Amino acid sequence: MAEDETPEVQQLPEIIVLGPPVVFETYEKEFCSKFRILRPWESTLPLSEFLLAHAQNTNAALCSGYFLLSTAVLRHLPSLRLVVTTSAGVDHIDLSECRRRQISVANASTLFSADVADLAVGLLLNVMRQISAANRLVKNGLWPKTGDYPFGSKLGGKKVGIVGLGSIGLEVAKRLEAFGCIISYHSREKKSFVLYPFYRDILELAAISDVLVICCALTKQTRHLIDREVLLALGKKGFIVNIARGPIIDENELVLCLQQGLIAGAGLEVFENEPHVPEALFSLNNVVLSPHSAAFTMESLWDSYEITSGNLEAFFSNKPLLSPVLDK
Amino acid sequence: MLARVARSAASEPFISCLTRTHHHIFPVLTNQIQFSRHFNFPTRKNSPSPFAAAAKMEDVRVLMICPMNSYLEQELDKQFKLLKLWAHPQKQEFLKQHSESIRAVVGNATAGADAEMIEALPKLEIISSFSVGLDKIDLIKCKEKGIRVTNTPDVLTEEVADLAIGLMLAVCRRICECDKYVRKGMWKLGDFKLTTKFSGKTVGIIGLGRIGLAIAKRAEAFGCPISYHSRSEKPNTNYKYRASLIDLASNCDILVVACALTPETHHIVNREVIDALGPKGILINIGRGPHVDEPELVLALVEGRLGGAGLDVFEKEPEVPQQLFDLNNVVLLPHVGSGTIETRKAMADLVIGNLEAHFMNKPLLTPVV
Repeated sequence: MAEDETPEVQQLPEIIVLGPPVVFETYEKEFCSKFRILRPWESTLPLSEFLLAHAQNTNAALCSGYFLLSTAVLRHLPSLRLVVTTSAGVDHIDLSECRRRQISVANASTLFSADVADLAVGLLLNVMRQISAANRLVKNGLWPKTGDYPFGSKLGGKKVGIVGLGSIGLEVAKRLEAFGCIISYHSREKKSFVLYPFYRDILELAAISDVLVICCALTKQTRHLIDREVLLALGKKGFIVNIARGPIIDENELVLCLQQGLIAGAGLEVFENEPHVPEALFSLNNVVLSPHSAAFTMESLWDSYEITSGNLEAFFSNKPLLSPVLDK
Repeated sequence: MLARVARSAASEPFISCLTRTHHHIFPVLTNQIQFSRHFNFPTRKNSPSPFAAAAKMEDVRVLMICPMNSYLEQELDKQFKLLKLWAHPQKQEFLKQHSESIRAVVGNATAGADAEMIEALPKLEIISSFSVGLDKIDLIKCKEKGIRVTNTPDVLTEEVADLAIGLMLAVCRRICECDKYVRKGMWKLGDFKLTTKFSGKTVGIIGLGRIGLAIAKRAEAFGCPISYHSRSEKPNTNYKYRASLIDLASNCDILVVACALTPETHHIVNREVIDALGPKGILINIGRGPHVDEPELVLALVEGRLGGAGLDVFEKEPEVPQQLFDLNNVVLLPHVGSGTIETRKAMADLVIGNLEAHFMNKPLLTPVV
């Protein structure tokens, strides 16, 4: 690889790309004009050997949200001082190891919040008003043969419980308020700057809500936060939307509840074992499925290029990071 | 509506079944008689007492044009003498048979009462439509003949506006296509493609009435700049007014039809407007099928001259142009704008409430004519 590089390229700061993330694939030329790129996926060597051979002096990594940046991988990058992830979520990064080694971490911050909130509302409307199911019916030529299409559920006036009132949760709340929804939330702590009712107990929130929208980060505390008990509390007329991380909901229990009619429906963008989705959901009309693509709009992808390359450039010029999560 | 309120209040067993539905009216009548006697005003002998009028409602023949809602049918059946036009294959014969007795017609978005039907029913007093749209009723003929017309405004405004936004999001973010992608197992083979961001897109609204305003309020929460076209500029809004529809279409990302269907707005979205909206533009129709020149729309979508469409209504429902079935940038719905249990019940209650009010000589709840 080094033999092919021009002297100009060799002057550029070196980064290792792990994934590779979609933004890198889309804007590869632009990245290459600013950085010297190590591409482990192009090598026949297994990752650990590649890192040993080529990345011992690399200071910065550009990482996709899907790449598991574990302790083991980090140990093979002894000179690493910065990880830039293209995702908002950081649950795929061993943060405690990064803290220990004083490796800075930067993410996509609130870049995708509008797009993700849009999809949350889109999925909720889609499942409550049966848009995908009705679209299927019409496109199969069945409208003339069917009587009145089965009624959907009204969104206006419904009580919406937002789980996690961070940047995305707030954007979801703002949108749903315009539809006449009544907002409450559950979070680690009460937020002093909002007037929405706060519920410290997720069960209580589920019990009073018609809709739950999962917007929180995946942590040890939130893994399987939405379990059978919470789903039963949400109830037969309740809807759930998950645009956060699959493991926040106990997926097996969710499938059972949907199959048994113990909740009314679900809009799901994330799953416990992506890209595998429980096939039991495929035959249900009260479920809308999305392939974890909430952040992937054309507009946001360009914004993503700007923020990731901006973070890397700031690092190499000893300037403050644009969107630090961990900073030494 | 009045009877329903009375029914729910009258749970005491000693109130006879005759007065159960009307007990709240009876005391009022008694008070009126006492009042007039006290002041020596003559009682109005010739006007029917509300009690008598209510009892006679069971004999009032109401013609329902087509099946539209089973709750509505049941309630109409309970309170009036309900005739179901669709149950009789020989419609003309049936109408002739009952022409001297039908005093009310209940229609909907699909079928109402045109000039021919109105002429065929000389005793027709009121048309109560199970819809807010009135394009299936010959309003001019009704005005001529003094026939009252009512519809169902307000109760369905939010529902229809919600669906308009739902369609915008479904088309921009390819939600239906994504759902299909996952169900077909294609996610295992690769990620879905990039979609279009909705927040911040300019939304152009044709018709800034109740529904148009409700759509604007929702779209604003997504940071969408709003512009609109209507017969005249509306006071008290901050939205940008476009005097020409071509202007509106040229300057928005998503164009939504939310006006009433009249002879002036028939095919208001024609080839010129579609071309102005362009290959990245999206058309949403939650108005009436005939607002849009459907063959031109199909051509534009098939040829890629229009970016996408979300359609709840069509020119000849339930027929939908088959060329649209395979287009992934198009979402098609079977006219479900007001289709939730809560809203349909509220609409039905309004239809019945209007009929009750008319036959009890009370002011109509939601008159149009």
